[in-house]
Amino acid sequence: MDANLTLLVNGKQHTLRLDPATPLLYVLRNDLALNGPKFGCGLQQCGACMVLLDDVAWPSCQLPVHQVTGGVAITTLEGLAAPDGTLHPVQAAFVQEQAAQCGFCLNGMVMSAVSLLRQYPKPDEAAIRNGLFRVLCRCSVQARAIKAVQRAAGV
Amino acid sequence: MPHDSAPIPSRRDFLKGVGCLTVGFVLFGANPLLAAPGNPELPGSLQDNPRINAWLEVLADGRVRVLTGKIEIGQGIRTAVAQIAAEELDMPLERVEVVLAETGRTPDERYTAGSASIEQSAMSVRYAAAAARQKLLILAAAQFKTTPGRLTLRDGAVHASTGRQLSFAQLLGGQQLTDEVRLPIQLKPKANYRYVGQSIPRPDIEQMVRAEPYYVQDLRFPGMVHARILRPPSYEGRLASFDTKALQKAVPGVLQVVIDGSFVAVLAEREYDAKLAQDYGRLHARWSGGRKLPADQPLAEHLRSLPAVDKRTTDKGNVDSLATDATLRASYFKPYLMHGSIGPSCAVALFDKNELHVWTHSQGVYPLRDSLAKLLKINPDNVHVKGVPGSGCYGHNGADDVAADAALLARAVPGRHVRVQWSRDDEHAWEPYGSAMLFDMAARLDPKTGRITHWQHELWSDTHSTRPAGSPEKLLAAQYRATPLLPKPEDDFSGGIYRNSEPYYDFPAVRVDTHYVQGPLRVSALRSLGAYGNIFALECFMEELAVKSGQDPYEFRLRHLTDERAKAVIRKVRDMVRSEKLAARQGLGVAFARYKNKAAYCAVVAKVSVAPEEDGATIRVLKIWSAIDAGEVINPDGLRNQTEGGLIQAASWTLNEEVLFNTQQVTTRQWEQYPIFRFDEVPLVEVAVLNRTTEPPLGAGEAAQGPTAAALANAVFHACGKRVRQLPIRPEKLL
Repeated sequence: MDANLTLLVNGKQHTLRLDPATPLLYVLRNDLALNGPKFGCGLQQCGACMVLLDDVAWPSCQLPVHQVTGGVAITTLEGLAAPDGTLHPVQAAFVQEQAAQCGFCLNGMVMSAVSLLRQYPKPDEAAIRNGLFRVLCRCSVQARAIKAVQRAAGV
Repeated sequence: MPHDSAPIPSRRDFLKGVGCLTVGFVLFGANPLLAAPGNPELPGSLQDNPRINAWLEVLADGRVRVLTGKIEIGQGIRTAVAQIAAEELDMPLERVEVVLAETGRTPDERYTAGSASIEQSAMSVRYAAAAARQKLLILAAAQFKTTPGRLTLRDGAVHASTGRQLSFAQLLGGQQLTDEVRLPIQLKPKANYRYVGQSIPRPDIEQMVRAEPYYVQDLRFPGMVHARILRPPSYEGRLASFDTKALQKAVPGVLQVVIDGSFVAVLAEREYDAKLAQDYGRLHARWSGGRKLPADQPLAEHLRSLPAVDKRTTDKGNVDSLATDATLRASYFKPYLMHGSIGPSCAVALFDKNELHVWTHSQGVYPLRDSLAKLLKINPDNVHVKGVPGSGCYGHNGADDVAADAALLARAVPGRHVRVQWSRDDEHAWEPYGSAMLFDMAARLDPKTGRITHWQHELWSDTHSTRPAGSPEKLLAAQYRATPLLPKPEDDFSGGIYRNSEPYYDFPAVRVDTHYVQGPLRVSALRSLGAYGNIFALECFMEELAVKSGQDPYEFRLRHLTDERAKAVIRKVRDMVRSEKLAARQGLGVAFARYKNKAAYCAVVAKVSVAPEEDGATIRVLKIWSAIDAGEVINPDGLRNQTEGGLIQAASWTLNEEVLFNTQQVTTRQWEQYPIFRFDEVPLVEVAVLNRTTEPPLGAGEAAQGPTAAALANAVFHACGKRVRQLPIRPEKLL
């Protein structure tokens, strides 16, 4: 059942031999040893596993890996910072606002915010809430996360 | 000691028993500052681990390593203890590293619980670092042939006025400071603080945002095996049959199936195969038995009907007259609540050469070590437990259980690391929930003075802590093995049940009757334990009495308080909302509590809007304000962050959350069935910190939970005139 699949992750091509039905999350975490996307529910309900597919934030926990071959640009949290290590403005804003406690949901919030700002560079508060809607946070840093996205957008 | 853990023999007693040869050092200089005011004893953690090098090591490169027995659960303890150590030793902050909970390495501080990380661990580090400072000055004085008073500490070295200097490492010559920390200890004058009291950013947040390996879920070892557990459909269900040959055929990647009675696990080289095997097992394994759950009766009635262990936990004055002349009576209810960590519990274990190594997000590495040693029947000295952060929730979730799963499976495949990842369904259905609670309140108001004269609080609840605490039988896996270990019914109960049931108000006669019952669901410590429910009932009832007697809610509370710090947080939060304008069907509600009646003071005001019924009623929390006094604040932004989170988390509990079950099983097994707040529901929050730098620091991480619940219920009442006494406050209850 295994097949050779080529993925474009954080600007690099990877050819892997695996079951094409494997959810992308498992491939990113286990085959590529990436830590950004997290396992939260496996049901597309919590947003912990968000990645960018081209520019769109999408949960990776149920997405069969064979659907994102063929040049889809997959970006994880690791792929946001510049090559010299400079944080993406959204990442920097989350650090500046200290918008985390345990931090497990941070990936989903940051990836969703990056996607939102690519589409709407100057979102109002309602648009931010809508953009981060799919992400759950138990420590409840959402109020800070909203401020972080506002800071990143300069609104 | 956190209130929710079982008493344990103290290491202090052990040291007394064997005799202790280290000597304390003499105090020098005039005007010695002793322990902080109101805190004449050393913190309990330090008394249990009295040597300086239990808390602090001097590294050869000039850095200092601080050891804490607490784990990082999102409360920012790593940063707080670094600030404190750097302060007392006059070190640059970046030259202090922190090691978190690990057996054999860090002090044994039992559990990271009860909002005690600052009060216990950080204060222990403060005294240990101050003692180290004194000792280093004495050692340097001998070298420089001068007196300690003529020397200063700077950048990890002791400096003389002559320009000579020796680094800490040079002074110790490769040794560590093994002296016992004993009072009196000269603490650094607070006026000279550089780090303590400053909002130092948590460096670990940058690690997280960079996706560096940080969580137990991120551990990867060569040859690591992935495992999933097959739980029965019901509590106490027993495995009847499971065709493992058919499983191997369906999922060829399965490496091994472990069946020990009704403890069933599937192991695979690839995690996805383990997941597929778990999915297969859920469809095809056959189970029998299972405990029936009381779904045919309202839970509040059920709790009241259960046999109870009764204790009069507060008895002041005589309240018997309430039987005939109570001004008001009301009953309140709080359902089972879920911890609901976003990442399901996870652990890694390795069994190698008769030694067990466990990586866990448990809140108590030492008690877990003892529990696992007994579970596996091996010597605790051969069990090594390292705390690694997991997904947060502020309570006892599946962390210890999954560590036990991993330990048992590691022994089944010796020499290989085993990573056990619970599924969402495992966590939702099997975690130990926050207990359901029922309250009957009664009080009498003097009609002439408008003051409360008699107060009665009666509560029914299961325990609020079943942490393993060194025993094996509370670990889930232990209860399902071929030779099961079953927890014995407790004949007494801990203070977590009646936490904050005693009013902080000055009422002449107060009675609290606590009825400990064994409810239907598995339970343990959830942020603030019983305080959330007790304060909800107490502060709603206060509001009802204020309304009934036509008194201002703030003034009504203030006139029943004598503690000025309590009054100050209420006045502060009143000031914060003074200019708020209310539209139609909007309301403000206030509540207050001092957590545990001895930790942080917290007053909360919530603003809600209730939409008209014809549109289908909706309740929206617009904003929550809080004023908090946690004594001396180490990191104001850290305190603010935790309090903001507490307000929002408690608002989610109060408006949205309820664990539900049918006769067979828990039915809230996904987020769609147990909806916690999403971004569109989250209120804005504003927290004012009253920093009292001359007071001892007070545990604060759980202070907002109870007041938030009551403030919301009171706000909903003022918005629409409807009093909801049964949580959660769902819109349909307003109809």
